[in-house]
Amino acid sequence: MLDKLVSTGKNSTRDGFGVGIYELAKQNPDVVALTADLAGSLRLDDFIKDFPDRFIQVGIAEANMIGLASGLSIGGKIPYATTFANFATGRVYDQIRQSVAYSHKNVKICASHAGVTLGEDGATHQILEDLGMMKMLPGFTVINPCDFEQTRQATLAIAEHYGPVYLRFGRPSWPIFTEPFKFEIGKAILMSEGTDVSIFATGHLMWNAIEAAKKLAAEGISCELINIHTIKPLDEEAILDSVSKTRAVVTAEEHQMYGGLGSSIAQLLARKIPTPMEMVAVNDSFGESGTPIELLTKYGLGVSDVVTAIKKVLARK
Amino acid sequence: MATIQELKRIASQVRRDIIRQVHYADSGHPGGSLGCADFLTALYFEVMHHDPKFNMKAEGEDVFFLSNGHISPVWYSVLARSGYFPVEELATFRKLNSRVQGHPATHEGLPGIRVASGSLGQGMSVAIGMALAKKMNSDKKLVFVLTGDGELQEGQNWEAIMFAAHNKIDNLIVTVDYNGQQIDGSTEQVLSLGNLAAKWAAFGWDVMEIQGNDMEHLVKNLNIAKAKTGQGKPIVILMHTEMGYGVDYMMGSHKWHGKAPDAALTEKALAQLEETLGDYPYPYQGKLYSH
Repeated sequence: MLDKLVSTGKNSTRDGFGVGIYELAKQNPDVVALTADLAGSLRLDDFIKDFPDRFIQVGIAEANMIGLASGLSIGGKIPYATTFANFATGRVYDQIRQSVAYSHKNVKICASHAGVTLGEDGATHQILEDLGMMKMLPGFTVINPCDFEQTRQATLAIAEHYGPVYLRFGRPSWPIFTEPFKFEIGKAILMSEGTDVSIFATGHLMWNAIEAAKKLAAEGISCELINIHTIKPLDEEAILDSVSKTRAVVTAEEHQMYGGLGSSIAQLLARKIPTPMEMVAVNDSFGESGTPIELLTKYGLGVSDVVTAIKKVLARK
Repeated sequence: MATIQELKRIASQVRRDIIRQVHYADSGHPGGSLGCADFLTALYFEVMHHDPKFNMKAEGEDVFFLSNGHISPVWYSVLARSGYFPVEELATFRKLNSRVQGHPATHEGLPGIRVASGSLGQGMSVAIGMALAKKMNSDKKLVFVLTGDGELQEGQNWEAIMFAAHNKIDNLIVTVDYNGQQIDGSTEQVLSLGNLAAKWAAFGWDVMEIQGNDMEHLVKNLNIAKAKTGQGKPIVILMHTEMGYGVDYMMGSHKWHGKAPDAALTEKALAQLEETLGDYPYPYQGKLYSH
């Protein structure tokens, strides 16, 4: 199974969003797109060309954008509010909390350029706290797809789900490897079976986890690879099933260690099956300028970091 | 069509409801609520086309949003008195297991409320979103929103104001409760709003300035505002009100912005407000909301 996990090409997750929302707009006339002066970065060009009446340019005014999206949803639309992840969450947290989450509006907050793989722009834009903030909001669905294809599928799927959604993706060109897998909200994907350790990964780090598992397979270590694209609601059953078999866990995410996927899984396991666990995540730090690969390496999110974490947890087993 | 006399009688009962809600809850915001009692009565009993058989999407209906959510007692009274929910439920204001929350909310399903408000500065954006949806749906009905004047200190409003003018949101009537008071004192002392009329005009809005505690004047001017819709500009009404209007000891001061009167002062207030539609009983005997 592991050797079938190969890259069939490269493209960014944000391009997956752009293709997805264009496809969706053709199917669903209620879908509208908003952006705060970042239409090109969010790959909305095709949408704007063919559906100009369903596109709303808000200008550099994210707080207003969230309110507009809430109002549009009251009127029966399915608004996709788009900008960079930093401006889509932390900057407008109270607007999201009151006008979207507490009011249970059918708003889709679609955020690109999350994490250190944003690269050269540096830490002002590299949000690493967004998953934590958004999963804290009652009733919010939080999704962090791992490649172009999964982002495309997720963009389509969230329109079918009534309620507030945070869809997080990124800037860099990245391997595409999920074509055989169907995306379903809240359903973890078992990408490769294994017996020694469960690896739960989300977003770009899913690929690094695959590469790490391949390296360790050569050393006779069998990794179970599970993709957690939906951070909330968490697929507890899939996690517990795997952990009861392997009894060792590594999580991997492009996010702060505090508040991300790792902490969600640790909370679950502490209650249900206390298990040795290591977390590949940013350790209470801001990022900086650099290329995506340089930054992943420096901030402990590279393939070798996943390998180290697996060996560490196996030693504790 | 209600006569001016009938509207005044309704507004008197609404003011009684405000005082009683706040008194029994021993908390809440009577000052701004009393100041806007005439406006909300005029809207719900005369100016807006709306259906108390509540429908969230409001297709073919005018809609109202309250951005300054802390004046919830006046909105609750007007909603209940126009048939959205039983008047008796006003007795549960701010109490446990109630749909009548401290600030307006959709979470418990109170009919008439379409979005939560209370954290200030958000309502105008939501109203503009609804106005956009109405345009997309070819629905000719209007969107009304009330905001406080102190609330305009929140920057999000000015994002919304710029957006509405740029996008010719002309199915929208914003009203500013221009009472010059906020929690810490007068707006002039706390953070001056400057020349509000000139500011809105400079942003490209059609600006009206009216009196908010004179029913005849209010109804006439709200109808004028309606007639101005559909002409390519959003409309703002700077509505001069007096905080606490109708209760002598609450008028002319910010001190009753967020404070409940005790039993003696409640008696004193109610003695000044005619009971026209019948007070709701207290305590509440009906079914409670529970999560």
